[in-house]
Amino acid sequence: MTTSTDFMQLGLFLLALLALSWPLGGYMAAVLEGRNHPLARILGWLERGLYRVCGVDPTREMDWKEYALAMFLFNVAGFAVLYLLLRVQGLLPLNPDGQTGMAPDLAFNTAMSFITNTNWQAYSGENAASHLTQMLGLTVHNFVSAATGIAVLTALIRGLIRRETRELGNFWTDLVRSTLYILLPLAFVLSLALCWQGVPQTFRGTVNATLAEPVVYEIAPGADALKTDPALKPTPAIATQQAIMRGPMASQEAIKELGTNGGGFFNANSAHPFENPTPLSNFLEMLAILLIPAALCHTFGRMVGDARQGWMLLGAMTALFLGFLALCWWAESQGSPQIAAIIGTPAGNMEGKELRFGVMNSALFATITTATSCGAVNTMHDSLTPLGGLVPMVLMQLGEVVFGGVGSGLYGMVVFAVITVFVAGLMVGRTPEYLGKKIEAFETKMCSLVIMVPLFGVLLGTGWAVLTGMGRGAVANPGAHGFSEILYAFSSMANNNGSAFAGLSANNALYNLLGGIVMCTSRFWTAIPVLALAGSLAGKKAVPTGAGTLPTHTPLFCGLLVAVVLVVGALTFIPALALGPIVEHLQMLGR
Amino acid sequence: MTTKAQQAAGRPLFDPSIVRAAVLDSFRKLDPRVQVRNPVMFTVYIGSMLTTLLFFQALFGRGEAPAGFILAISLWLWFTVLFANFAEAMAEGRGKAQAATLRQARAETPARRLAGESREAASETVPSTALRKGDVVLVQTDETIPCDGEIIDGVASVDESAITGESAPVIREAGGDRSAVTGGTRVLSDSIVVRISADPGETFLDRMIGMVEGAKRRKTPNEIALNILLAALTIIFLLVCATLLPFSVYSVNAAGKGTAITITVLAALFVCLAPTTIGGLLSAIGIAGMDRLIQANVIAMSGRAVEAAGDVDVLLLDKTGTITLGNRQASAFLPAPGVSEQELADAAQLSSLVDETPEGRSIVVLAKEKFGIRQRDVAALGATFIPFTAQTRMSGVHLPGGRALLKGAPDAIERLAADAGAAFPEAVSGFVRDIAAEGGTPLLVAERDADSVRVLGAVWLKDIVKGGIREKFAELRRMGIKTVMVTGDNPLTAAAIAAEAGVDDFLAEAKPETKLALIRKIQAEGRLVAMTGDGTNDAPALAQADVGVAMNTGTQAAKEAGNMVDLDSSPTKLMEIVQIGKQLLMTRGSLTTFSISNDIAKYFAIIPAAFVGTYPALGALNVMHLATPQSAILSAVIFNALIIVGLIPLALRGVAYRAAGAATVLRDNLILYGGGGLIAPFVGIKLIDMVLAACGLA
Repeated sequence: MTTSTDFMQLGLFLLALLALSWPLGGYMAAVLEGRNHPLARILGWLERGLYRVCGVDPTREMDWKEYALAMFLFNVAGFAVLYLLLRVQGLLPLNPDGQTGMAPDLAFNTAMSFITNTNWQAYSGENAASHLTQMLGLTVHNFVSAATGIAVLTALIRGLIRRETRELGNFWTDLVRSTLYILLPLAFVLSLALCWQGVPQTFRGTVNATLAEPVVYEIAPGADALKTDPALKPTPAIATQQAIMRGPMASQEAIKELGTNGGGFFNANSAHPFENPTPLSNFLEMLAILLIPAALCHTFGRMVGDARQGWMLLGAMTALFLGFLALCWWAESQGSPQIAAIIGTPAGNMEGKELRFGVMNSALFATITTATSCGAVNTMHDSLTPLGGLVPMVLMQLGEVVFGGVGSGLYGMVVFAVITVFVAGLMVGRTPEYLGKKIEAFETKMCSLVIMVPLFGVLLGTGWAVLTGMGRGAVANPGAHGFSEILYAFSSMANNNGSAFAGLSANNALYNLLGGIVMCTSRFWTAIPVLALAGSLAGKKAVPTGAGTLPTHTPLFCGLLVAVVLVVGALTFIPALALGPIVEHLQMLGR
Repeated sequence: MTTKAQQAAGRPLFDPSIVRAAVLDSFRKLDPRVQVRNPVMFTVYIGSMLTTLLFFQALFGRGEAPAGFILAISLWLWFTVLFANFAEAMAEGRGKAQAATLRQARAETPARRLAGESREAASETVPSTALRKGDVVLVQTDETIPCDGEIIDGVASVDESAITGESAPVIREAGGDRSAVTGGTRVLSDSIVVRISADPGETFLDRMIGMVEGAKRRKTPNEIALNILLAALTIIFLLVCATLLPFSVYSVNAAGKGTAITITVLAALFVCLAPTTIGGLLSAIGIAGMDRLIQANVIAMSGRAVEAAGDVDVLLLDKTGTITLGNRQASAFLPAPGVSEQELADAAQLSSLVDETPEGRSIVVLAKEKFGIRQRDVAALGATFIPFTAQTRMSGVHLPGGRALLKGAPDAIERLAADAGAAFPEAVSGFVRDIAAEGGTPLLVAERDADSVRVLGAVWLKDIVKGGIREKFAELRRMGIKTVMVTGDNPLTAAAIAAEAGVDDFLAEAKPETKLALIRKIQAEGRLVAMTGDGTNDAPALAQADVGVAMNTGTQAAKEAGNMVDLDSSPTKLMEIVQIGKQLLMTRGSLTTFSISNDIAKYFAIIPAAFVGTYPALGALNVMHLATPQSAILSAVIFNALIIVGLIPLALRGVAYRAAGAATVLRDNLILYGGGGLIAPFVGIKLIDMVLAACGLA
């Protein structure tokens, strides 16, 4: 199944990532530090104009509370606008296919999902969103939710490098600069590349095509009808026409990947040939998902004045990523023994995969999209083998710190580094310190919060769903796999990923409302404690490093960080995973 | 270090009387008001009560599991709580035993209170508890000093063994740096007038008892931070276990067989997962750290200070007594042109005959060694002694015939020559520079006649650097600790000694203000400073330093400014204190790592046991091949309880400590406690399961 070409592709992919992330990291450091760079000369007028229009004084520094308040209010406003837009999209222009407004619970869920960089979609893009919604609502949030992540990260870095101050920078300038100088240019280039590969970019709506060969199919009776008469048979039907959906796709596709958003134009997301037409577009999309989270590690290293610190974080993320990729790829290429028995030869698992991508590119995409908090998919995760499906689930449950969301992944990883420093620092006999800042009670408290909140979302959300009829009713598959579907849904929402195991009909009031709340808490109840952490760190003196200081750039520390991330995740989720994918796997092996 | 501490304490780790008291205390500590102070163990406590209720339910009605099984789990959960109590009680017990000895010294004594500050003032006898700050008392031979104070008149030899354990009496006298006396010590000879400096209950002895007993023990900053982390883990595991019930119910429905997980098993799982090992031992580790310090004869005024000691980056060490032997010794005579070496030696010896300072005596010894110049009778020579004064900064002898031999610091002799209009030989200036550059102290000898002064030459006084101190500093450097030598010497001398002793830096011509300024400067760089001091003029620096160790022989002001008191008054004690501080933090970190890595194995024991009824396939996770689901769960709980007891010696003694860089220490401790923590429970749980199976309990 897997050929040497697959491995060459993987190698090429990693090389390209490595080669691009270093210069981008340096460039982003220049942008975030407000230094002079070529784009500032070209677009500086726009930046200054925006500040004037919005009445922002870019030189005014904020303390952590002001910063957090600005960040939160900005998102509240974004939520309100998006919610309204979703509700009344039927009355607004740029709606060639006549989409109607979303139901309140779905609009709540969707708005929450896009402002939190989750992009959980309880709707199908092609049936539920107008072009205006896709562009003005969803795509805008694809930009600003990612920029929010970068801003919070930048404040945290400032907390680490500044001394005895309350000032963490200005949220508005961080937001504007990240959008204008980082996300927009990258998205522009990628959109053009995707257009070139064949992704549509148009304001026009659906076209109808007459099929050369009519297709015979069956219409299954609805669930309600089946309840009254279980004996109902499917009705045969013939299709002669096909509706082909079009829209401003390339522009949304680019930022969907770059901003680790993942909300597709189509329900099928990047498995759809319009979103992801060629092997090259697939390669570019995967690269785009990892690019900024990886490059931000270097930005971190540059800004704290020690590139090795950035390499260490990148190393920890890469190690975790490759480990999980190996497991996913191995499980998928093994396939299931049952199918092997039927066809008489071992075969990789191709269910739910695009033939054009094959096992390696599907496993790679699935690992990338869940290692980061992207959630775009080019393969159906529900159809992965039990262990192959465990990989995306666990990657999300680890708190989206293996690359993670743009900005949010790295600040999550830094929080884990702080916890690691705490335990390791004690072991060398000193009050722990990270990058010269002492880790004391307040820092421990904030870091614990950041780690706990998403875990709570997953466990409580899943616990609620399996307790209620509505929660259980959404499940399509019997047995342990049904449990996996619910667990996956809340792992995805509570870690702001947004990918889904198909098979769960999540568009009902309770999933929508609870999911929306979980997404909101996980995003802001991690971002705000991170800002509090930054504020507390900024107020401290820096301890100079010496031989007695625990070095945080060594392979040993990197390994320890990986272990802490794994152990926290494993200890929390082993029981749940045992009742889901693990038992599925053991059952598949016929134990 | 350990051996010395043990000698000092003279008490084995598991002293039977302490163990007996600790066993009783572990039951006494079941009081919920005590339990609630430790969040981790409090949850175990609740779990124990819950399972006890479930046991009674099973006994009298429809239980969720066989009553015997619930009882076994419940009992072992109670044991977990008791073992943690026992660990704390053991640590406290050692302190209490020491406090009891101290209390005897504090017993009420009669005091002779004076109406005024003079000995002749009217006096009345009052109990020591009636004394207040500012009262003046007279203490005579064989009387106990009633309270802390300062001698304002008289000199006495005092037995301070009640506090220091040192039986040799010490001299205390009015004025200067030896004027402080401690309540509870005894005057052996003479009588003194003491002004009381502490109200009852606030004396040094009271504070010491408080610290030793741990009565006033407050959680230290690092302990609080660790507690937060442990509480967070506990909450996570609580939630993991709570949500496992609905998960299990769903699975039972989905699989169509088995029964949902019982509350008993969930309670057992929770207690196994919660960081009970470190949670149960945490306070014992803190108390034991303080205890180790006490055994090193150091009294810390707060736990915070002990923790800070582990963080110290810079040690300020006094040159004299710490780096060099207390006294300089004459090592060469360097005669001025036209003076023979023997002539110089003879003059130097004469000028030093009556000089009882160690330097003076060493000149006499050197003169005898080199030229056989014998001890002469001063009176027979008709000589009279010229004592050293701060104004002249010279000493020597008057000889008959108006001749005098003087020795003193170079600048003093230079002034003497200049005043007399005599020439100061260029060669001697050269000697002075050379000696200073070599780290020695030059002492010049001059002869004064009725109208002229002749500079005879220089005596080279050498500082003797203590043996082994260089290695000690190298060790500190490996630990990342910088040493700064503090001395009143001039920069040249200081640099030479600093180089010889291998310190990283030095502060020459140190005055109390420069010392304080140096500490502030180092602290401004974000470093933590430790220093020792004894004089009143050290007090500001002691107060400013993060770890200020006052000598017990020092003044009251110094003792109050510092946050530790060294009862041995040993200048090298600072290094030992740093080690104890580091060991305390290392013990906490290592046991935390151990405790958390334990959980992996417990999952392998409990998860298959809990769910094998629902999903038989999960039996594959029973990698330890434990006999039955019940024995698997019970074994995990028993292991979890026993490991607390097993680690008590480690918690009390502290993890092995060696001086090495942070990276090395981390690697070693990770392998030992992280790796060990991963493997130990697999072995332990399997063994316990085998025992259970063999006893037919499985």
